[in-house]
Amino acid sequence: MLVTSPGSGQVNKPQRRWHIAVFLAPAVLVYTAIMILPLFGTMQLSLYKIIEGQQVFVGLDNFRHLLGDERLSSTFWNALSNNSIFFLIHMLVQNPIGILLAAILSNSRLRFRAWYRTAIFIPTILSFVIVGFVWKLILSPLWGVAPDLLDLVGLKSLYKPWLGKEQYALITLSLISVWQFVGIPMMLIYAALISIPEDILEAAECDGITGMKQFWKIKLPLILPTIGIISILTFVANFNAFDLIYVTQGALAGPDYSTDILGTFLYRTFFGFQLQLGDKNLGATIASLMFLIILAGVCIYLFAIQRRLRRYTF
Amino acid sequence: MSTVRNSISNSVASHAVLLLYTFIALFPVVLIVINSFKTRKAIFRSPLSPPNEETFSTVGYETVMKQGDFILYFQNSLIVTVVSIFFVLLFGAMAAFALSEYRFKGNTLMGLYLALGIMIPIRLGTVSILQLMVATGLVNTLTALILVYTAQGLPLAIFILSEFMHQVSKDLKDAGRIDGLSEYRIFYRLVMPLVRPALATVAIFTMIPIWNDLWFPLILAPAEATKTVTLGSQVFIGQFVTDWNAVLAALSMAIVPVLLLYIIFSRQLISGLTAGAVK
Repeated sequence: MLVTSPGSGQVNKPQRRWHIAVFLAPAVLVYTAIMILPLFGTMQLSLYKIIEGQQVFVGLDNFRHLLGDERLSSTFWNALSNNSIFFLIHMLVQNPIGILLAAILSNSRLRFRAWYRTAIFIPTILSFVIVGFVWKLILSPLWGVAPDLLDLVGLKSLYKPWLGKEQYALITLSLISVWQFVGIPMMLIYAALISIPEDILEAAECDGITGMKQFWKIKLPLILPTIGIISILTFVANFNAFDLIYVTQGALAGPDYSTDILGTFLYRTFFGFQLQLGDKNLGATIASLMFLIILAGVCIYLFAIQRRLRRYTF
Repeated sequence: MSTVRNSISNSVASHAVLLLYTFIALFPVVLIVINSFKTRKAIFRSPLSPPNEETFSTVGYETVMKQGDFILYFQNSLIVTVVSIFFVLLFGAMAAFALSEYRFKGNTLMGLYLALGIMIPIRLGTVSILQLMVATGLVNTLTALILVYTAQGLPLAIFILSEFMHQVSKDLKDAGRIDGLSEYRIFYRLVMPLVRPALATVAIFTMIPIWNDLWFPLILAPAEATKTVTLGSQVFIGQFVTDWNAVLAALSMAIVPVLLLYIIFSRQLISGLTAGAVK
């Protein structure tokens, strides 16, 4: 740790400031050893292959194999496209609902606000295991809760065993995930909305801009940076998802891989399933590709989107 | 006159939307909990009605207590969560203090390095983490989970805490220095008590993903003695799929502790969020 004069602006004699190192060391050590090094270790493993019991450096062979082999590459592209649909549904359903709920809640004249906020956030604190099984039971044709409920509103004919049909399973799971996580965008946007200063809104009211128009013209532009952060958080979480699919559909992500996403694909490849043996190096290759996808998304956000969003400081 | 009518119809519409969504959010949870106290016949015949004298039964809970080692699983989850949170808060606050208090070469770079983990999920390093744990003999120990969760929680903790520590008054710390307090004491005696609300917020943010995680327990500590509640109930439910009483009881038992913690801390969580750390 190199030494300059302390931040307080006094002119001090240069001295070794060991306490800075002491404060930083534990966090940096644990973080580096358990997070950063394994991340690079994984990427390194993707460049090796076991040949006759030995780890041999093979360059980008694993990537060529993954994207070139007919069966593997079709599984990979299937997982990637399912994952993109999963993400798209979150963006189109979760975030608008979150914004709507936050906009309603931010009205300070509304009663029982705290009560609604607490209740709507509850699904977010539950584990995927609970959420997965709860919805599996509710949607199960065996139990009949879903058809009974639809019957109450006269739509019983619409009922299908959604989790068991290829064409509906992925969308159903995405919506279950939306149900679970809608609390997060709601809270963050709520926090952004209530920190808009009152005088800006009063000025708008004096100019006759109220109600919906006020929301679209004044509030929405002001909370765009928050919506940006929520989008990138959703992206990272979605491309790293695993638990919900694993719990409801198993590692095989059925029916017929229609709900397979990158996380379940990685798990199957790494640990093996049924007759196929686990492959550490190929697992590392998939993890590396996931890393590149997430990195690309984060970079697009940081350099292309975040810079264009105007931030207002009050 | 028309604005009054307008605002009344507005607030009716607002409550209607919120009530509808609250129903959607809570219905599944309520459904599971009420049915866990019913006889098997009643679960299937009238799933939507609450238990009454005739249909009340705790047979599911009895099966769970007999078959699964749920007490042990709870204990494991509790140890892992509490110890991880302790280290995340301690190490995170120390690092955040160093980054926000002192100017030194590489300060910004160090901040960026530590913030990397907010965006890049630790799961992607799983292959190597497993190797590391095998090499150090930590597979199937709670220590492995604690280490991973501490590393996972640190980036966000440091980020949020240094935002808060920037706001602690400079004069106070300088007064402490003039009184001859060491830097460690300034951190521990002056700064830590002042950021206590932020520590609580970070604790909740850290707790939820640790308590609910399935991936690392499944991979690093799947042994019977180290199963967490999340993994334990997943395995249990998988084995008892056809015993609906047991499944519903196991689910309710997994829901209730988190729910109680959340209700106790929810005020703190919301005020921490709205305090502007995550703007």
